[in-house]
Amino acid sequence: MLNPYIPVLILMAVAVAVAAGMSVATSLIARIFRLRRPNPIKSQPYECGMTPIGGARVRFSVKFYLVAMLFILFDVEAIFLYPWAVVHRHLGWLGLVEMGLFIGILAAGYLYLWKRGAFEWD
Amino acid sequence: MQITPRDIWNISPHLVVAALGLIILLIDAIWPRISKRQLANLALLGLIGAGALQARFWPRGQVTPVLGGMIVPDGYTAFFNLVLLVGAGISLLLSTDYLEWDGSAHGEYHALVLFTAFGGMVMAAAGHLIVVFLGLEILSISLYILAGYQRERRESQEAALKYFLLGAFASAFFLYGMALVYGYAGSLDLHAIARAAGAGQGAAANQLLLTGIGLLLVGFGFKVAVVPFHIWTPDVYEGAPTSATAFMSVVAKAAGFAAFVRVFALAFPGADLRHQVGAVVASIAMLTMVVGNTAAVLQTNIKRLLAYSSIAHAGYILVGVVAVLRNPAAPAEGVSAVLFYTLAYTFMNLGAFAVVLALRRRGEELLNIEEYAGLGFRYPWLGALMALFMLSLAGMPPTAGFFAKLYLIRAALSPLVGMWWLVITLALTSVVSFYYYIRVVTVMYMRPAVEGEQAPQASAGPHLGTGLALAALGTILLGLIPAGILQAAQQIAEGLVELGGMALR
Repeated sequence: MLNPYIPVLILMAVAVAVAAGMSVATSLIARIFRLRRPNPIKSQPYECGMTPIGGARVRFSVKFYLVAMLFILFDVEAIFLYPWAVVHRHLGWLGLVEMGLFIGILAAGYLYLWKRGAFEWD
Repeated sequence: MQITPRDIWNISPHLVVAALGLIILLIDAIWPRISKRQLANLALLGLIGAGALQARFWPRGQVTPVLGGMIVPDGYTAFFNLVLLVGAGISLLLSTDYLEWDGSAHGEYHALVLFTAFGGMVMAAAGHLIVVFLGLEILSISLYILAGYQRERRESQEAALKYFLLGAFASAFFLYGMALVYGYAGSLDLHAIARAAGAGQGAAANQLLLTGIGLLLVGFGFKVAVVPFHIWTPDVYEGAPTSATAFMSVVAKAAGFAAFVRVFALAFPGADLRHQVGAVVASIAMLTMVVGNTAAVLQTNIKRLLAYSSIAHAGYILVGVVAVLRNPAAPAEGVSAVLFYTLAYTFMNLGAFAVVLALRRRGEELLNIEEYAGLGFRYPWLGALMALFMLSLAGMPPTAGFFAKLYLIRAALSPLVGMWWLVITLALTSVVSFYYYIRVVTVMYMRPAVEGEQAPQASAGPHLGTGLALAALGTILLGLIPAGILQAAQQIAEGLVELGGMALR
């Protein structure tokens, strides 16, 4: 019953082996050939080339939580438009109407959030 | 798949409820100063409209499924949809005064009630396990929010979190069960599952199918709160706003049993299989009745008491499910008993909560049963109604609760079911339940009233009064003239069984 999946399993094993082997091999080769010149600038956190200001453990406002949540919500919903766009000719008017309903419900949620002030920072 | 205007017409009650929920959400967001009472009235109007559309399918709906087999607009759907609409309507009537008093009257409450009712209606109409799950999630997520609706109260937050965490867990169980059943049958359509499980002789010994059914049972068992999946119930019922508790106690239960009975009555037709599953359900029913009733005896808080009582009632209804599963000659009897019980339970439980919602003491809700002392004389009407609902929940003769229990016992007593010990448990635990129901009545009538500032106050506005009256009317009428509803329930049950038979041919 599971026979069709055995090639997939083998492929997975090969992929894992190749990935693990390559990473081990490169780090070993690098260890042999690399130069060792450590300095304090190299051990700083990378901030796009700027000198870092303050510590890395800053407290973020909880308001970002709402922003992130709304972003996920609308972003994921927008993804549903893509499969529809691929087959919309096949689905015809029914698909168009259904997508209209879908976007309409989404817009209702958007309007609700807007009016309730979810997009305002203060 | 094609969608015809006829399909839309068949699911019009669902659409009305869902659309109205969205509209109320938007109205409240755009005009925040609108009176919440008006919003409640609008929601009620919509529920009545949906009920009128649904009544067209009463008692015999259309047997052919619509929307590619996803939705079955038959009489069974119509019955449960009407129960859900009545439950949601009375709950809305009960909640307006309470929310205003509590200072938490927002439009979202009404929208969430409508969304919950919509989810329940989808569950009742589902002809496909995916649709059952969809309805279950719409119902559950709305209820999680309603449980945490009084967000400044810690108990309410606690209730919401507990309900959410355990509910999400139960949903996962349900999904896994669906996956295993799919693995066995190759489809999630109830009729297709029935064909697969009916054709294979080894269905009753197939571990994949049995595990799947077991997991489905866990998912449903959590929603309708049966032992051992009941732990959340008292805490959530106690912590949630009382109006939301009233609502979830009837609507979640009705919707849960609607899908439960349809799935188990249609999808697993083999006699051996049903015999086995019936034995499991019977042991759950027995545990539920015993644990629910004995735990209720110890409660001092009326909301916790009603929570354990709701667990016990879920156990009684499970006896009807056992009768459906174990009686191949006349499964319709069990189905009709479950239908009748759900309706009766909706009226009497909402009535009991209505009385609780009407009572206050010094700006607090009156939740301690001891504090009900003397209420029967101070507020004769309220006291009499509470006594009526308590007696009905206990199952005293001239009320809905008595006939509901009678039909359950009659369905389960058939020799084909072969579960006399289950019926004896039902009878004995009912006797236990008399103790705690009657205790509320004796405290109201036989203890001296507290005078002065400590005395409880009752306030029933027009909305709450109407809700209370409707619940009382339902409880009395179902007790005095049960024949009409029972006949309809029987017709509907036979329709459902026929549907199951047709699928196999």
